[in-house]
Amino acid sequence: MLLVLTICLIMAFTAPWLFKMLGRYVVIPFTLLPFSIFSYLCTFLPAVLSGKVVRFSYGWIPSLGIDMHFMLDGLSLFFALLVTFFGGLVMLYASGYLNGHVLLGRFYLYLTLFMAAMLGLVTSDSIFGLFLFWELTSISSYLLIGFNNEEERVRKSAWQALMVTGMGGLALMAAFILLSLISGSYTFSDLLSMETDITEHFLFLPVLLLLLVGCFTKSAQFPFHFWLPNAMAAPTPVSAYLHSATMVKAGVYLLARMAPVMAGSEVWQYTLVLVGGATALLGAFLALQHTDMKAILAYTTISALGQMVTMIGIGTTVALKAMMVFLLAHALYKGTMFLAAGAIDHCTGTRDVNKLRGLARYMPVTALATTLAALSMAGLMPFFGFIGKELLYEAALNSRFFVWLVFGLTFLTGIGYVTVAVTLSYGIFWNMPRRATKLVHPPGFSLYAPAFILGLLGAAFGLIPRQIVTPILERAVQSISGNELVQLKLSLWHGLTKELGLSVLTILMGLLLYRYLKVVQQKSSILNPLYKFGPNNIYHKAFSGFLLAAKAFITAIQNGNLRRYIIYIILFFSSMMFYVIWRDAPHIDFSSRAQLLQQLPFHDVVIFTLVVAALLFLLGTRSRLTSIVVMGLVGYSAALIYIMFGAPDVAATQFLIETLTVVIFVLLLHKLPAFIYLSHQFNKYKYIAISILFGAVMTYTMLVVQDHTVESELKDYFGKTSVLQAHGRNIVNVILVDFRALDTLGEITVLAVAALGIYALLRMQPEKGDKP
Amino acid sequence: MEILLPFLTGTLFSVSIYFILHRHLFKLILGLILFGLSTNLFLFVVGGMKRGSIAIIEQGSNLPAEPYADPVPQALLLTAIVIGFGIQAFSIVLIRRVYQTFKSNNMDNLNNNEKI
Repeated sequence: MLLVLTICLIMAFTAPWLFKMLGRYVVIPFTLLPFSIFSYLCTFLPAVLSGKVVRFSYGWIPSLGIDMHFMLDGLSLFFALLVTFFGGLVMLYASGYLNGHVLLGRFYLYLTLFMAAMLGLVTSDSIFGLFLFWELTSISSYLLIGFNNEEERVRKSAWQALMVTGMGGLALMAAFILLSLISGSYTFSDLLSMETDITEHFLFLPVLLLLLVGCFTKSAQFPFHFWLPNAMAAPTPVSAYLHSATMVKAGVYLLARMAPVMAGSEVWQYTLVLVGGATALLGAFLALQHTDMKAILAYTTISALGQMVTMIGIGTTVALKAMMVFLLAHALYKGTMFLAAGAIDHCTGTRDVNKLRGLARYMPVTALATTLAALSMAGLMPFFGFIGKELLYEAALNSRFFVWLVFGLTFLTGIGYVTVAVTLSYGIFWNMPRRATKLVHPPGFSLYAPAFILGLLGAAFGLIPRQIVTPILERAVQSISGNELVQLKLSLWHGLTKELGLSVLTILMGLLLYRYLKVVQQKSSILNPLYKFGPNNIYHKAFSGFLLAAKAFITAIQNGNLRRYIIYIILFFSSMMFYVIWRDAPHIDFSSRAQLLQQLPFHDVVIFTLVVAALLFLLGTRSRLTSIVVMGLVGYSAALIYIMFGAPDVAATQFLIETLTVVIFVLLLHKLPAFIYLSHQFNKYKYIAISILFGAVMTYTMLVVQDHTVESELKDYFGKTSVLQAHGRNIVNVILVDFRALDTLGEITVLAVAALGIYALLRMQPEKGDKP
Repeated sequence: MEILLPFLTGTLFSVSIYFILHRHLFKLILGLILFGLSTNLFLFVVGGMKRGSIAIIEQGSNLPAEPYADPVPQALLLTAIVIGFGIQAFSIVLIRRVYQTFKSNNMDNLNNNEKI
C-alpha cells in the first residue's frame, strides 16, 4: 500500500516535467495510473469479499510508538475503488477540459497529489495517518480550487475552503489526541474493540463533538456548508472529483468508520439526524433557487451528504445499507452531471440553465449521459438511484426515533431532486429544440466519454445489482455496523410496497414543482435578505473583522514609539507581579525591620540620603555637565555599598566603569546644544505614575526575597573547591577566570563587538555624505 | 543598609524609568545608565547579600572562614557591570550620531527615515 502511495506521489511531482516532455499526451500516463491502481486494488477483492481484512504495517516514528498502518476492509476497499475509478475518468476528462492550458502539468500534479491523499485517507488504519492524509486532501483541494488564481474571487474561495476544512482538521486532531489518550491506542482496529471503554469515559463528549466538527466541515454540513458552493470556482473536473464524488465524502467515511464505536450514544444519533436532515432540506431548497448549473449541483451535493449523515445517525442496518447504496448512486449520477455541466460550459460558454435550450441536437452523447444520470437522480425505475431512494424511504420509515421528521425531510428532499433532475436534463437538452443554444465548438471525445461511462454504469448497476455491486456493498455495510453478518438483497422490484407508492408520489410532486419552478423562485426571493445572516456572510464578516482587529492591535502595540513599548512592558510586568502577589500573598515581617531601622549606622544613612538627594537634583537640573557629575556621584555611592557588603571586586569594577563613563560622556556629549527642557506636560503625570508603580513593584519584590531567602549550594561548592581544584584564593575571580571562563570570554566578545560598533559610528562622517 | 537598600533601589528604578520615558535623548542615556545601576543593585539584594567577610580564602587554609559573602552573585554582577558599560558606551556614541544626523534632541522628531 505504501508503495502505491509512493508511486502516486512520485508521479505527481514529475507531472510538470512529463508535461514538458509529452505535451498533451501527458494524459496517457496519468489516466493509466489510477486505472492500474484500480486493477491492483481489485486483486484484494476476493479476500475482502470473503470477509478478511487485509492489513499492511510499516515503521514510521518508532520513538513515539507510531507506525503506518493500512487496512483494507469492505468500507476502505469500496472507497479506494471509487477514488481510483473516478480519478481515472477525471484525469481523462481534464485533458479535454483544460486542452491547451499551459499549466496542465501543474493541474495533474495537484490532482494526483489529491488522489494519493484520498487513497491514504480511506485505507489508513492509524488515526494519525488518517489525519495526515485528511490535511493533505484539504491542502490539495485548496490548490485545485485556486487553480485559476488570477481571479480574486477564486483566491478567496480557495482560501475559504482551506480555512473551514483546516479548522475542522484542527478539531479532528484534538479529537484524535483525546481518543488515543482515552483508549491508549491509535488504530481503528483497536478502537473498535473498545466501545464501552470509550463511550463511558468522561472525555467522550468532547471527543464526539470535536470529531463531528471535523466531519461536518469536511462534508459541508450545515452550518459549515457555505464553502462548498464557493469551491465551484474550481475547474469542473475538480468539482466533479473532489467536491462531489470523493473528498467531501471523507467526513461521511470517517463517521461511518467511527460508527461502531460511537453510534450507541444518543448525542451522536440526534446530532447526526438533525444536522444531516437540516442540511439535506436546506441544500435541496437552495438548489432550486439557483440557475447556475454548478451551483445547483453543489447544493444538491450538500443535500445528498446531509442525507448520508442522517442515515448514519439513524444507524439501523437498513439505514446503513441505504447510505452505502445512495452514496454509490449519488457518486455516479452527480459525477456524470458535473462532467456534463463542464462540457456544456466549455462548449457554449455559459452555465445558466435559463439560457440553455435544446442542446441534445448538438451534444447527443452528453445529452444521453445526463438523461441517464437525471433518471437515476430522480429515482426512476430501472436505475440505481431508484434502489437508493427506496432504501432511504424504508430506512426513514423504520427509524427508531423522529420517524415523521426524518421521513418528511427525506421526502421533501426527494421532491427537490426530481425537480433538479428535470431542470438539468429536460430543460437543457430536450426543451425547445428549435431554438437550441449555439455551440462555440463541439465536445471532444474526452469531454463526453467519461460522463457517458458513468451514466451507463448508473443504469447497469440498477439493472443487475446483484452481480456487480452487492458483495462489496455488503462488506462495507458490515464494516460500519460492526461485524454483524449483513445480507444485502438489492433488487428493483419489491412488489407493491408503500415505498414504491411514495416513490411515484415523489416523482409526480417533483414534476408539479418543475412546472411552477419560476413562480417558486420568484416567491422565494423574499427570503434573500435572510441570507445576510447566513454563515457565508458571517464568515466574511468575521474574516475582515479579524483583519481589522489585527491591524488595530498592531498599530496600538507596534507603532514604533519606543516609549509606548516600554510602558506596555512595564505595565505587563507589573500586572504579572501583582497577580503573583495576590495569589501567594507572601508574608513580610515589617516589625523586625522597624527595630533594625533604629540601629542603623550613621554612614548608611549618609549614603542613602546622598543618593536620594542626588536623584532629586538630577530630576530638576537642566545642566548637562551637572547631570554627568551627579551621575558619577550615584555610581560611586553604589560602589561604596558593594564594599560594605564584602564585594571589593565589584566595587573596584564599579569605580573604574563609572569613571570611564563620565569621561566618555564629557568627551562626546559636551558638543550637544544647550540642554533645553522639552516639556511634555500632558503625559508627565502619567509617566510619573508608571515610574513610581515600577519602583514600588521592584521594592516589594526585593522585600519579599529578603524575607524568604533560598540557600544556594553553589556558595559551598565554590568555597570548597576554589583552592583545592582551581588553586585560587579569591573565589569571585576564580569563578570568573576558571569555573566560568567561557562566559567571561563571551563577555569580552560582547565588549569587542560594542567597541567595533563605536569605532564604526565614530569613523562615519555624515557631514561628508556617508550613509549610516 | 539591608533595610534601606530595597527602597533605595526602588527609587533608582523609578527615576531611571522616568528618564527613559523622557523625550530628550540625553535623558534617555541617563535613564539607561541608571537602569543598569539599579538592576545591578537589584541582583545584589536578591542574591542574598549579608554583611560578612569577603570571599577570599586566607593563606594557609583550604576553606574560606565562615561567614563569607556569596561569591556567585558577585561574579554575575562583575559581568553585568562590564557588559552594561559596553551598552552605555555604544548608546552614547549612537545618540551623538543620531543628533548629528537629525539635528534634534527630541525622540518624537525621529519618526521619519528620509535622512537615513
